[in-house]
Amino acid sequence: MLELRHRGSCPGPREAVSLPHREGEAAGGDHETESTSDKETDIDDRYGDLDSRTDSDIPEIPPSSDRTPEILKKALSGLSSRWKNWWIRGILTLTMISLFFLIIYMGSFMLMLLVLGIQVKCFHEIITIGYRVYHSYDLPWFRTLSWYFLLCVNYFFYGETVADYFATFVQREEQLQFLIRYHRFISFALYLAGFCMFVLSLVKKHYRLQFYMFAWTHVTLLITVTQSHLVIQNLFEGMIWFLVPISSVICNDITAYLFGFFFGRTPLIKAAYVLSKYQYFVCPVEYRSDVNSFVTECEPSELFQLQTYSLPPFLKAVLRQERVSLYPFQIHSIALSTFASLIGPFGGFFASGFKRAFKIKDFANTIPGHGGIMDRFDCQYLMATFVHVYITSFIRGPNPSKVLQQLLVLQPEQQLNIYKTLKTHLIEKGILQPALKV
Amino acid sequence: MIAFFFIIIYLGPMVLMIIVMCVQIKCFHEIITIGYNVYHSYDLPWFRTLSWYFLLCVNYFFYGETVTDYFFTLVQREEPLRILSKYHRFISFTLYLIGFCMFVLSLVKKHYRLQFYMFGWTHVTLLIVVTQSHLVIHNLFEGMIWFIVPISCVICNDIMAYMFGFFFGRTPLIKLSPKKTWEGFIGGFFATVVFGLLLSYVMSGYRCFVCPVEYNNDTNSFTVDCEPSDLFRLQEYNIPGVIQSVIGWKTVRMYPFQIHSIALSTFASLIGPFGGFFASGFKRAFKIKDFANTIPGHGGIMDRFDCQYLMATFVNVYIASFIRGPNPSKLIQQFLTLRPDQQLHIFNTLRSHLIDKGMLTSTTEDK
Repeated sequence: MLELRHRGSCPGPREAVSLPHREGEAAGGDHETESTSDKETDIDDRYGDLDSRTDSDIPEIPPSSDRTPEILKKALSGLSSRWKNWWIRGILTLTMISLFFLIIYMGSFMLMLLVLGIQVKCFHEIITIGYRVYHSYDLPWFRTLSWYFLLCVNYFFYGETVADYFATFVQREEQLQFLIRYHRFISFALYLAGFCMFVLSLVKKHYRLQFYMFAWTHVTLLITVTQSHLVIQNLFEGMIWFLVPISSVICNDITAYLFGFFFGRTPLIKAAYVLSKYQYFVCPVEYRSDVNSFVTECEPSELFQLQTYSLPPFLKAVLRQERVSLYPFQIHSIALSTFASLIGPFGGFFASGFKRAFKIKDFANTIPGHGGIMDRFDCQYLMATFVHVYITSFIRGPNPSKVLQQLLVLQPEQQLNIYKTLKTHLIEKGILQPALKV
Repeated sequence: MIAFFFIIIYLGPMVLMIIVMCVQIKCFHEIITIGYNVYHSYDLPWFRTLSWYFLLCVNYFFYGETVTDYFFTLVQREEPLRILSKYHRFISFTLYLIGFCMFVLSLVKKHYRLQFYMFGWTHVTLLIVVTQSHLVIHNLFEGMIWFIVPISCVICNDIMAYMFGFFFGRTPLIKLSPKKTWEGFIGGFFATVVFGLLLSYVMSGYRCFVCPVEYNNDTNSFTVDCEPSDLFRLQEYNIPGVIQSVIGWKTVRMYPFQIHSIALSTFASLIGPFGGFFASGFKRAFKIKDFANTIPGHGGIMDRFDCQYLMATFVNVYIASFIRGPNPSKLIQQFLTLRPDQQLHIFNTLRSHLIDKGMLTSTTEDK
């Protein structure tokens, strides 16, 4: 019996650690099997350690190799290892921050590509962890299927977003029109093809493993892809809605470590003040067909125009001023910062719990000294959703070009009815003069 | 069970909605229980509470969106409902967040992995069960026929494939389900298409099945009364030459809906079984014979509904893509929340569009 089980398990020195326990588990623990005469019992028992109650018997997953660049290694060869670590972290932090500023300078389209790149990398990191946990790297088809599902879901989301924002560009091209009109159907058909491939790829000995990987892929998609698309929607609302929340979380990370709760918020209010002055950050991103590029020019909304507020009495005494001029956006930025400070860390705890559960130190080794991309973005996890929900609930109404698009798709009689309703409404409100004879 | 089904159809859309909701809760319960059994995690602190809490949150979110769309006038009248619907997304998100934070706070040192597994299990189950049930309800509101015909097609396909397989079956279809055969699959396909055509012919004649469900302000109840759309009016079609010689008729009177029903039946026969194979694979992976023992002789509720899994999504996507355009009253609502300059811009664009199409004649000066 021992040899049969041992033969069925994957090779590798780490398996030796868990072997004694597996034996005990299989002997006593077949209580989940009910009736089917399944010859897989012996071979599936190697999943016993996957489903075990406690974490203590799970083997540790060794991290992949060190990827610090040679230059840095040579330059820091003189220092002791503790300081070396600090220097590596510091240099990489500065590099990341300057890259970030460079990309902001290049504009919203580059930012969108950056977000997409980060999303793909995060997905890859989490899926790789899944492969290591389940030793399922050799599973037939599975790598292809995971990437295929990522592609499908991205296609669906980008189709929905892109169609909204690039309405003029899209109207011009015939093929794009067709793709947009039947977008949901096409996305669904693509997903279905993936689903059928999954069902057809189920192999007798690996059912449970395949289902686990299927679920792992879907949960990962749910987390990474939806968040990244909400980030892009926020970005299109105006770069300030992208920069301020991300900076809040990063700032909170750093300053919570150093100073605590209160100081995490003040610099953000100043940053919001500075950014609100520039159209580049404040205006919604639009695609102009004449210029064939993205522009961020507009009349800033009321949210970004200075207003004077009279201070409540107790603050008056402290600051000795009657009034203060603020951008209304700064008040919203207080809400955003509060969320980043209070709830953002839960995203970090979630990721820490995840790392402890699967006994990994970092998500990956992409950034030397910092771990993987997911390590940098774990706190951002909930922030993007919050900002999106905040914007749709409190700031922005529905998107006018989307409303227009939908209007143009209706039947002519319905359009006429709506036209008449709108006309009466606008005349009532005094927006339209009744001089029109139509 | 079939008799029950007919009684419920008689009772009307509101009861159907409640039935769908109960089926959804029971399916969720069954799958989560399987998860507990697999992971021996029944005693995990907080986890049962959290799973039900997440179910409640997601249901609240979906029902809120549906209710806001369909019962707009009712919602606008009642003050508390209006506020709830205006900040609906924010409230749902807050509720979900509370659940998330509770999960993070409940992580216990020795059970991290188990807790993450159950968290993932709950979310995937929610994704499957709750989204499908809400799409079913959307279809229902489009008209009861969009609810009854797809479900009947899937059931018919199940039964017909079994019968054909029983009488003629020889070549096995897929290793996952050794009882299914190619003969059953193909025979079931043709039988379902015919069944779909007949059923839609019968049902398209009745207003109560064909009209979208609406909430009537005056009578304060649901009404299914309307002028049937083009889809449900008999039309003459010319039969192509090939079939003409066989049947001997020149033209046939059919409802356009029957042509759509061919698409629905085809999906039910070809792709529906994949939902069944998925469930069979799932049962084999976790070594269970049935999902539960709710219905004697038939297994759990999930066993009955596994093939329906993809059908509801397909019908919803089909309706959204090919049948119904956007909802005009919803568009008006959205329009009224825009800023005046945006409203003016849209109004002018619409006007020039209508003039282009010749629906309006203009002899005026622009404002």
